[in-house]
Amino acid sequence: MFEYLLNNPFLGALVALVSLALLFGAVLGYAAVQFKVEGDPIVDQIDTLLPQTQCGQCSYPGCRPYAEAIANGDAINKCPPGGQSTINAIADLLDVEAPTLDEEHGEESDVKKVAYIREDECIGCTKCIQACPMDAILGAAKQMHTVIGDECTGCDLCVEPCPVDCIDMIPIETTLGTWKWDKPATSHENILNLIASDRQPVAATQQETSPKEKAQTEDEAA
Amino acid sequence: MAFMKMSSPHAHRAGDTGDVMKQVILACTPGLIALSYFFGPGSIFNVVIASGFAVAFEAAILKLRNRPIGFYLNDYSAVVTGVLLGLALPPYCPWWIIAIGVGSAIVLAKHLYGGMGYNPFNPAMVGYVVLLISFPLEMTQWASPRPVLEQGQSLVGPLSALGQIWLGIPIDGYSGATPLDLFKQNDSQLVEHFYTAEPLFANARWAGAGWEWVNIGFLLGGGYLLYKRIFTWHTPVSMLAAIFIMSVVFYDGGSSHSGGSPYLHLLSGATMLGAFFIATDPVSSAVSTKGRLIYGAGIGVLVYLIRVWGNYPDAVAFAVLLMNFAAPFIDHYTLPRTYGHSSARRATEKSE
Amino acid sequence: MTRIWSIPGGVHPEENKSQSLQLPLGEIPLPRELVYPLSQHIGAPANAVVTVGDKVLGGQKIAEAKGMISAPIHASTSGTVVAIEDRVLPHPSGMSGPCIVIEADGEDHHVDYVGDENYLQLDRETLIERIRDAGITGMGGAGFPTAVKLNPRADQPIDTLIINGTECEPYITADDILMQTRADEIIKGTELLAHLLGNPDRVVIGIEDNKPAAIEAVGVAAKDSRVEVVSFPTKYPSGGEKQLIQILTGKEVPSGALPASIGIVLQNVGTTVAAYEAVRYGKPLIERITTVVGEALDTQRNIKVRLGTPIQHVLEHHGCHQNKVARLIMGGPMMGFALQESLVPVVKATNCVLVPSKQELPPAPPAQACIRCGMCAEACPASLLPQQMYWYTLAEDYDKLEAHNISDCIECGACSFVCPSNIPLVQYYRSAKGTMRQMAIDKEKSDRSRQRFEFRQERIAKAEAEKEAKRLARKKAAEEAKKKQEAAKASGETAPAGNTKADIVAAAMARAQAKPVSPEEQKAKLERAVISAQGRLDKLQTRLEEAEGEMKDKLAAQIKQAEVKLTEAQKKLDDFKPDAASNNSAPTADDPVAAAIARAQAKMTMAPDEKLRANIESLNKRLQKAEEKLSAAQAQGADTVTALQAGVDKLKEKIATAERELAELGPVASATAAPAEQDAASAAIERAKAKAAAQANMSPEQKLRDQLGAMGARISKAQDKLQQAQADGADTVDALQMGLDKLQAKQEKMREELRVLNPSAPELNDADNATGSTPTSEEAPQIQDAATAAIEKAKAKAAAQASMSPEEKLRDQIESLEKRLQKAQQRLAKAEAEDDDNIDAFRAGVEKTQAKLEQTRAQLENS
Repeated sequence: MFEYLLNNPFLGALVALVSLALLFGAVLGYAAVQFKVEGDPIVDQIDTLLPQTQCGQCSYPGCRPYAEAIANGDAINKCPPGGQSTINAIADLLDVEAPTLDEEHGEESDVKKVAYIREDECIGCTKCIQACPMDAILGAAKQMHTVIGDECTGCDLCVEPCPVDCIDMIPIETTLGTWKWDKPATSHENILNLIASDRQPVAATQQETSPKEKAQTEDEAA
Repeated sequence: MAFMKMSSPHAHRAGDTGDVMKQVILACTPGLIALSYFFGPGSIFNVVIASGFAVAFEAAILKLRNRPIGFYLNDYSAVVTGVLLGLALPPYCPWWIIAIGVGSAIVLAKHLYGGMGYNPFNPAMVGYVVLLISFPLEMTQWASPRPVLEQGQSLVGPLSALGQIWLGIPIDGYSGATPLDLFKQNDSQLVEHFYTAEPLFANARWAGAGWEWVNIGFLLGGGYLLYKRIFTWHTPVSMLAAIFIMSVVFYDGGSSHSGGSPYLHLLSGATMLGAFFIATDPVSSAVSTKGRLIYGAGIGVLVYLIRVWGNYPDAVAFAVLLMNFAAPFIDHYTLPRTYGHSSARRATEKSE
Repeated sequence: MTRIWSIPGGVHPEENKSQSLQLPLGEIPLPRELVYPLSQHIGAPANAVVTVGDKVLGGQKIAEAKGMISAPIHASTSGTVVAIEDRVLPHPSGMSGPCIVIEADGEDHHVDYVGDENYLQLDRETLIERIRDAGITGMGGAGFPTAVKLNPRADQPIDTLIINGTECEPYITADDILMQTRADEIIKGTELLAHLLGNPDRVVIGIEDNKPAAIEAVGVAAKDSRVEVVSFPTKYPSGGEKQLIQILTGKEVPSGALPASIGIVLQNVGTTVAAYEAVRYGKPLIERITTVVGEALDTQRNIKVRLGTPIQHVLEHHGCHQNKVARLIMGGPMMGFALQESLVPVVKATNCVLVPSKQELPPAPPAQACIRCGMCAEACPASLLPQQMYWYTLAEDYDKLEAHNISDCIECGACSFVCPSNIPLVQYYRSAKGTMRQMAIDKEKSDRSRQRFEFRQERIAKAEAEKEAKRLARKKAAEEAKKKQEAAKASGETAPAGNTKADIVAAAMARAQAKPVSPEEQKAKLERAVISAQGRLDKLQTRLEEAEGEMKDKLAAQIKQAEVKLTEAQKKLDDFKPDAASNNSAPTADDPVAAAIARAQAKMTMAPDEKLRANIESLNKRLQKAEEKLSAAQAQGADTVTALQAGVDKLKEKIATAERELAELGPVASATAAPAEQDAASAAIERAKAKAAAQANMSPEQKLRDQLGAMGARISKAQDKLQQAQADGADTVDALQMGLDKLQAKQEKMREELRVLNPSAPELNDADNATGSTPTSEEAPQIQDAATAAIEKAKAKAAAQASMSPEEKLRDQIESLEKRLQKAQQRLAKAEAEDDDNIDAFRAGVEKTQAKLEQTRAQLENS
């Protein structure tokens, strides 16, 4: 038998390859069963990264549906409230290149906002209450409504339905408790901004640059 | 009165990166003096030409990248790269070799990776290795040191040196093998016999005529930098210790298959230059003290392995580049234990 | 000699301590205006307890602590509260916050401080309360309420008390001069704190060796006490809480925990003196020692300054050269923060005001690239890797930052200090920490949002499901009713009067069907329906031709509906025609009367022979039973035997007669028995008919009368209740009154109806009388008037209606229907525009009104 195989190299190779294939197949199959990883379903993980504003700017009716859509291959750059950091986080999770925000769905705003109802103008129509995905508006028919600021995600959805336009989106003010140091807009970064491929959105950097640092940049330019 | 918003600390220690680099250049002088004394003015030309090319390349590429040239040239990092490469190149090598080496170092190894601070590999060593692989002949011709010159022969003069460098006018009989090269070729004599037979060793105290003093020069420069706290002792000491231990272990009692004495390995070739000026390049080395010990030891072991069992007589450049590869990996596992924590963490560890 | 541990890292910045020690401790005049930020400590801001215009004395509490971690604030001199408003705070952000502003009257009257010489005799709680009340917070810079620190958790016994006299920051000498001048009080304060902490095993004062005078003074004072004075090599930042603990004990405070968790409490020397003064002399924290230093000043020294004094005022008294000032720093050059405004006040934590010249502390040169030289890592006292954290901050890789323990950074600034590339590392870490904090908050909020959203979805889904279930139930009920109704129709003749068992809907339907409607009428109605459906269809089709786009689709759908309706109507008509032809007299009724008639009629139409046979059969059955009974009785020997026997005989006879008759009848129908039967049946029919007629006659008026009577009873009951409630003064009076009013209104309406039916009904007068006799007699006439008016109106209406021709009546109806339809359509349009939930209901309403309108129109046409 062995000799026969030796004398017929083609057959010998065939037998060897087939038996190797079977062996490795068995090993791989065993490994797949034995070391199976029960991870979080990817949808849940994506959902945790989304900002949960339920604003629908991604054109899905809420964050979870968008998470499902992403899991099914939709683009990950459709979430303006989450902004670039959310895109980066999802890209990190899915191990893909992080794209920039798709401006079609809205722009990322630097300041967080909450809805505010000008209460003396409210007619108590409850339309905003029905629109709020967060149940963050209190009130009853014919009674004045008000927004629970802490629960408001700033999704904007209540502004449009208001028949008397008494809802404003007001930026959340920085308090002593929430204030933080800006990342220094170092000369290093400013220099990076000189070439197009390194440039960051102008608005963002300008806001971060304090007068002094601007002066520094000018010094260097000189 | 109204003032600017500023973050603490408001005080700052004197000195900046440019000063650090200047100290490094200054510390090269003992070694350079030794080189010039024993091998003629070739190394001085090397250093000057390489520095000039380095600054030129740096300026050109900064211009190309649309960066402020003055600001970046001011950190002297390009000059340091040029000086180190110039010291490593054989004296009297043609100018275009220097140009290619510096070009590879500045353009390929440094700016293509993002410039100062972003290069994963030591630029000078990348330039050196590019040359060593591309022009092995030119790169292995080293001038003969002063003690072994034959009667009536003198060191290469500046004029003939310039002629060789710029115009390619050959100088006769100036070059010979380096001690490491020579030692590598020995496979039949006992070390003792070999040392007395070869003038390069016969005229030396420990490890090859001239070479030992060059290395001692660099050792002095390194000591100065340590004293100035430009870098920590961890990398050079662990690297030298590793070479020492390896050479003791494999000395073999001076037989014909001996790996060479510890003297030979510590005081010839580019050992001291590598230990104090190349391996300590902070950008491409490991960051924590523990990491730097491992990094230095790795270089030391690799240097010995390649010198004794590899194809090249000297190996500092390869060893440093190989350990550059390993630096992020070392960093990953050598985070120091932070105050208030019972044990060190891993760089990828999630919150506890 | 006490053992001293060393800390990793650290730097040696120029000390610059001699400048401010040349002059003795000084004082400056009171400012005109003092500003007290409500938040000058860690924790909740204090609550102002004075109002604008109040006169206050020095030492008077002007704001009280709010919550556990908070501290009260005291006026530092006498004067008037001129404002409680937002002022710029001494805070790195340069933001404003609420402050109490006091205008000093210059007299500097103080409240009487009540001290206690034997304070050590007091119990612990009282002492801690006094320290809390004195508003004492950490005076080294952080400002943590001292009383909280002195009250460690019961499960954390304190074995070491450390008094921090390190003062490692360059320039600052406030603690130094305090230790030099008031060493005795420091020792007494230390003993007080030790007493409060349950006399820990070790009580130690740590002083850096660059303050020999202070070490000497404190050493002398501590000679006879158990307080240990330890000096150790100068190195920044050995005065940091964690670092000093490491130097003096070798222990490390676990990451994220307080020193108390390893049995250590650490207090600043200044805090110690303040606590002592509060307990011994009852003096609250209203002044402190502050170093005023910097080359931009003529005078550099330490001063005793009242809290609330604007820094501008301090600078003015030290000869500040404005053009020389590089920056204005509260605190030291390493950890102090640059003020953006010199009007901010001195607060409890202000240990230094540093006014350097541009040569002294030049502005940071532009940052160069990081060359990863590792000097920062060497300098870091917490053994972090600052350069790695810098790279990760640049890359915004917060996971990596977390893994590099960025939260353990104490922001001492040693890394920035040594960085050869002048990178503002600390600011990077601060921004990263702030972002991470914000991210944690955002994460928590987003989790909460998700929960809220999911809950809302669930709730909506539930509501929807309930709605759907209800709708289905309704649909099912309607379908069942329809089925029953059809079944009833199909078995019209024989349907038994068993509808009482059916549900109410079906019963109502059946009743409606049972209305005696003549076939002709029915036929006419159906024909009308067909005609109207056709008309509608035509109309829609013409509109369709004109219409476009979306409207077209809608119309097409409507046409389809109309067509379906038309075919239905036609089918009904077709069904009806043969039905009517074959069974002219068949009533579709199944109420008892009609049922009885039907049964009787059925009997009548039965053939005589068949009837006889049935008779015989039933008689046979009866005989069998009787015989059984008889045999049973015989067996028991009962005395009913004879009677039973007679019965049996009689039955037998009857059967025989019947059989004979049947035989006689033979194949031909007999006329003899039938007529008798027929008579009985017709009599029954007559009887039923009469009854039905009688019921029909008496009902409306009678019914109303009955109802009216019942209403009267209810009203009187309600009146009784109301009276009682009024007597008791119960708060249900209003509700009862309302109920009564409603009942009376109802009664009025009924009476009106009755009047229409029978103007001379006697109950009317009775009712009026009843109304007249209500206890609310003042209202009675009014009610009566209203009632009469209403009656008058109703009468008029009735008369008008009566005089109206049926045609006019119909027109009237059409008009009102049209109005209603219009309204309904408007509502529907609005609902459609707004996508209201009730759109279906609106649509149904419109359709119903339309159908009615068409019906009425058809009637009008017919008539």
